[in-house]
Amino acid sequence: MAVKEDMKLQANTSPEASPHYKETVIKRTRGLAALQLGELWAFRELLYFMAWREIKVRYKQTLLGITWIMLRPIVSMIVFTFVFDTMLGAGPEGVPYEVYAFAGLLPWNYFATALSRSSSSMVTSSQLITKVYFPRLIVPTSEIVSGLIDFAVSLIVLAALLMYFKIQLTWTVLVMPAFLLLAMVTALGFGLWLGALNVRYRDVTYIVPFLVQMWFFLTPVAYATSRIPESYRFLLSLNPMVAVVEGFRWGLLSNYITEPPTGSLVAIAVIISSVVLITGAYFFRVTERTFADVV
Amino acid sequence: MNEIAINVEHLTKEYRIGQTHQHGETMREALLSRLRRGQTANGREATPAMHVALRDVSFAVKRSEVIGVIGRNGAGKSTLLKILSRITEPTSGQATIYGRVGSLLEVGTGFHPELTGRENVFMNGATLGMRRTEIARKFDEIVAFSEVEKFIDTPIKRYSSGMRVRLAFAVAAHLEPEILLVDEVLAVGDAAFQEKCLGKMSDVVDHGRTILFVSHNMASIKHLCSRSILLEEGEIAFDGPSDEAVQRYMVGNEALSTQADNRIFISVTPNPALKHQVLSVEAFGRYGEPLSYVATDDYVRFRITWQSTEAVRRGGVMFGLHTLEGVPLIHYSTQPISKVEVEIQVGLNQIDIEFERLPLAAGQYYVAVVLMRPRVERLYTNNSFGILRITENDVFDSGYPVRSDVSLLTTPHRWLPVEDE
Repeated sequence: MAVKEDMKLQANTSPEASPHYKETVIKRTRGLAALQLGELWAFRELLYFMAWREIKVRYKQTLLGITWIMLRPIVSMIVFTFVFDTMLGAGPEGVPYEVYAFAGLLPWNYFATALSRSSSSMVTSSQLITKVYFPRLIVPTSEIVSGLIDFAVSLIVLAALLMYFKIQLTWTVLVMPAFLLLAMVTALGFGLWLGALNVRYRDVTYIVPFLVQMWFFLTPVAYATSRIPESYRFLLSLNPMVAVVEGFRWGLLSNYITEPPTGSLVAIAVIISSVVLITGAYFFRVTERTFADVV
Repeated sequence: MNEIAINVEHLTKEYRIGQTHQHGETMREALLSRLRRGQTANGREATPAMHVALRDVSFAVKRSEVIGVIGRNGAGKSTLLKILSRITEPTSGQATIYGRVGSLLEVGTGFHPELTGRENVFMNGATLGMRRTEIARKFDEIVAFSEVEKFIDTPIKRYSSGMRVRLAFAVAAHLEPEILLVDEVLAVGDAAFQEKCLGKMSDVVDHGRTILFVSHNMASIKHLCSRSILLEEGEIAFDGPSDEAVQRYMVGNEALSTQADNRIFISVTPNPALKHQVLSVEAFGRYGEPLSYVATDDYVRFRITWQSTEAVRRGGVMFGLHTLEGVPLIHYSTQPISKVEVEIQVGLNQIDIEFERLPLAAGQYYVAVVLMRPRVERLYTNNSFGILRITENDVFDSGYPVRSDVSLLTTPHRWLPVEDE
């Protein structure tokens, strides 16, 4: 800073900007904002770090650590077997209920956790949001990603169950990643809507646990799909998680469940969850500009 | 060197009053207000009360210039930084930034207490926009600068606050942005480290980078910045050489410090966006008479008046007198220091703090006030609420009153000859 000349510059004169510097214009965005997926890509390492931090921190200072991930679905499975199969007889025919329930619990638990976490993520990260700039979409997305680790750990339990019940896998196992992707898209779509709404309306915090609970009963996780009366099938197909759970079961147990989920069920699920994801992403982007002022 | 790094044109930011402190209105309220609005002429909402944080601010910063931003609390400094670092959007006007921006609005943002220092460095770096490979390359340098080598694999929660700040500053300082936005980060940490940080910042400048530096510390503003912008109530009051800007800032503060009737009444313009805000500090004598001056070693009773929109059952107040360089000389709290319970009520609140003898030498001091939930959180902090001028008093009867440039404090003392046995 050697020169101390008169540095008053007219604000309106166009600045001589050197072309090799990145130019960022900051002004009020109006209307529909672009999704700016390119920027999201540029920050992909942050996404990775956030997901990794989530996992790392979640089970710190717990006695059982990562075993919690396995314990939860096992306990649910045992309770479900007792309540739904033994007591209510709502289980399927010809399939060991334990495996049937677990195959449904696996994607359901992933979905429920990812949805709840992404819905509250914007509020729990308010410290970060009000202090640093980065594409906000990363926050709820990282919760969708970090949930995959829990999912992967639960697969170990599944493998043990399959061996115990001597269940042979077939090629249909290969469709499972596609249904997992459908669960991710659904969770992210709803997570973006709820996460953005939560910034402004804390009602969401109270709604989500209730929503997840109701959603659980409207998804054939604990009971067999065959128990759904024909006349209600279409209504339930509007719930994308029905297709996910059905697809998972067929993928794992095609020796028992020979009927794959119907094409229309899957198509409706894909359409609904895609629409929710796309509108959710835009809604998030539009409300994002005021997050730091309101959160 | 005539290139522009930051060009700000007619930047204005308005907040809807209540928006900032309504921590999530409920849907019911929103729906109701929407319904009511619907009743007014064709859905056009009646203009809600607005608070203007920035009003038509324009300036340009050249490449490798270090520019200071000063102003009283609520003058719009932080809002300006938040807009420039893209955390919040302006209401109108625009800013154009040429180059990669690194902002240091609060040290250690994103630090997670359960993660180790090493993990946090990577996490923090990624938040600030650094690549993993870049962090890895600079890792040793960052750790060396922060002086926490020994604890780098210990969870951050076991760090002292000084260690955290050092680590965080180290990460940010090694970010190598072309433009660095810094907000008052140097207020924390010990003097030696502050010196080191200032050194690092000068270094950054020598490498042709641009810095926009917000601070209450007039000494470091003068030291680092050749040019400064003085903000007053969201507008640029002065833009020019730092010495002059600082001068004007001080004079402005003083003008507000004394009222027409000469009694000491330090006040600020209320900011409706704040939930808790100190409005004034007054000085009274032993018999409750308003004082027009306070002299060294005098009795004084300061009355702090604040406004709150939320009741706090276990509240607390801190009163301090700091040097203009920001060194706290007195910094006393109702809790934990005095074990006095303060219940903050909605509306106006007052509390007095009494000094039998104020041991500060003649000179100017910042009045600092904090409202808090003791040991939980701070509700309002202003370390430069106003300036208190302490007048001369020949305490030692020497004909030489104690002045702050000679000795900041006065205390009874004696000189004793050492006698040979």
